[in-house]
Amino acid sequence: MTYKTTIGLEIHVQLKTKSKMFCGCDNNAEGVQPNTLVCPVCLGLPGVLPVANKQAIGWTLKTGLALNSKIAEHSKFDRKHYFYPDLPKGYQISQYDLPFLIGGQVEIEVAGDKKIIELTRIHLEEDAGKLVHAGTDSLVDLNRAGTPLMEIVTEPCIDSPLSAKIFLQELRSIMRYLGVSSADMEKGHLRADANISVSADEKLGVPVEIKNMNSFKMVEKALLYEEKRQREVLDAGDKIAKETRGWDDAKGITYSQRSKEFAQDYRYFPEPDLPPFEPTKMFDLAKLKAEIPELPAEKRKRYQSEMGLSLQDAEVIAIDQEMANYFEKTAEIVSPKLAANWIINELKIDGLVKIKPEDLAELLKLIDSNEISGKIAKDVLPQMLETGKSATDIIAEKGLKQIGSEEEIAKIVDKIISENSEIVSSIKAGKTSAIGFLVGQVMKETKGQANPAMVNKIINEKI
Amino acid sequence: MAQISKTDVEHVAQLARLNLTKIEEEKFTQELGEILNYIDELNELDLTKIKSVSQISGLENIVREDKITNENNREKLLTNAPSQEKGYIKVKQVFE
Repeated sequence: MTYKTTIGLEIHVQLKTKSKMFCGCDNNAEGVQPNTLVCPVCLGLPGVLPVANKQAIGWTLKTGLALNSKIAEHSKFDRKHYFYPDLPKGYQISQYDLPFLIGGQVEIEVAGDKKIIELTRIHLEEDAGKLVHAGTDSLVDLNRAGTPLMEIVTEPCIDSPLSAKIFLQELRSIMRYLGVSSADMEKGHLRADANISVSADEKLGVPVEIKNMNSFKMVEKALLYEEKRQREVLDAGDKIAKETRGWDDAKGITYSQRSKEFAQDYRYFPEPDLPPFEPTKMFDLAKLKAEIPELPAEKRKRYQSEMGLSLQDAEVIAIDQEMANYFEKTAEIVSPKLAANWIINELKIDGLVKIKPEDLAELLKLIDSNEISGKIAKDVLPQMLETGKSATDIIAEKGLKQIGSEEEIAKIVDKIISENSEIVSSIKAGKTSAIGFLVGQVMKETKGQANPAMVNKIINEKI
Repeated sequence: MAQISKTDVEHVAQLARLNLTKIEEEKFTQELGEILNYIDELNELDLTKIKSVSQISGLENIVREDKITNENNREKLLTNAPSQEKGYIKVKQVFE
């Protein structure tokens, strides 16, 4: 039986504002002693008044503009009620029926196919605290309580676990380009829950929610596992239970957490302490839009159509803003293909940080003009990293300049030919593959400083 | 006529983590029913031309600049916590 898989994602993105969503506590809780970044507002003490962080709202709107969402004319916050020790107020300030952003699209490429992921909505809310389990107790740290979270909800329109993973990676990249979140999944800056259903016809199947996926790999693995499990349940003629399942990464399985027969009753009502918003009046949207840099999808297209990169190289470079900036600067000086090749395969993260694009370009120009071979350039690069010297200086110091003139090479070729008369005659007899051996001998003789293409040409002429 | 059943009252009590006695359940079923009936009178008004609001303060777009204004005040703030350990608030073990 052929089955259709449908996945919807709910993504929480931690905004990297200086202060929390509704109070002036420091928002950066990384490596900080527990409960040192809290105040009466985020602890939910009686009589306090939350006030919304302007930057958090501005960044949410900016995200919406980047993701083609419609900006709401009227928006407000609501209280969502549930009891859990990491939620000090007994409710979370969230948005129910009037989110800041409605709809939206993200374009991704899955194995060369363009796909549009439709968004349902994006709203702003506050994060809860953290629980540490210790023996018979649980310990509560509320440093993260009140951190601004953007919740991005997709339509159930994602057709495979791979597409889900690529979409999340694209989203991470966009968040970083926009500068609104560090979007590090391992650190919980970006958290994803998934709904996945499998059906034998065009109708949607019974959705199962999956939680606890802390990396892109885990999202794909968990969804693949769940897709297979649901197909097997249907194959056996059974029904899928509507439930929440957790991902156990060590065992590589999803497990039933709780059945979802009863919809959670959160008793939303408008947050009386926060007056409503008219986002279009609060911000100059044209100005916000102008602040959005060229995003990875546009870069991918431009790198292919205008700069001649392969889709694969364009993807690798465009997904990382630092690498993209580096590439664009280098490609102003040398050919984009050469620049891309070196940045992706040779430079590595260390090189991106320590070697300036114009210094890499200087090295690449020497390859382009045949002054050094690619092989020598590969030896020079680590020395540039180590010493901080320029390519030209290193080459001059170590005498690494390519033996450039045809005359010089021709002399060496003559020598090699006379030393290998047997091989030369076998080449003349038709065993042309043996030319490679002679080229190798010349390269050895010149300590790799000759241009192999030129050596090849000269040998061919001489034999 | 708004009605509320005993099951509704039990459900609401459970959501609010309240343990009601049988007598309280009876009592609140009746009292909450009466409150709902009273509020129901609003439905007699014609509100078709009136925009819905969630607040009547008249305020809107109230925000603050993104600045850190609070300092660590853990010792004082945690004095309200029922129990603490190493700067954490200690609670009964919670299962996921």
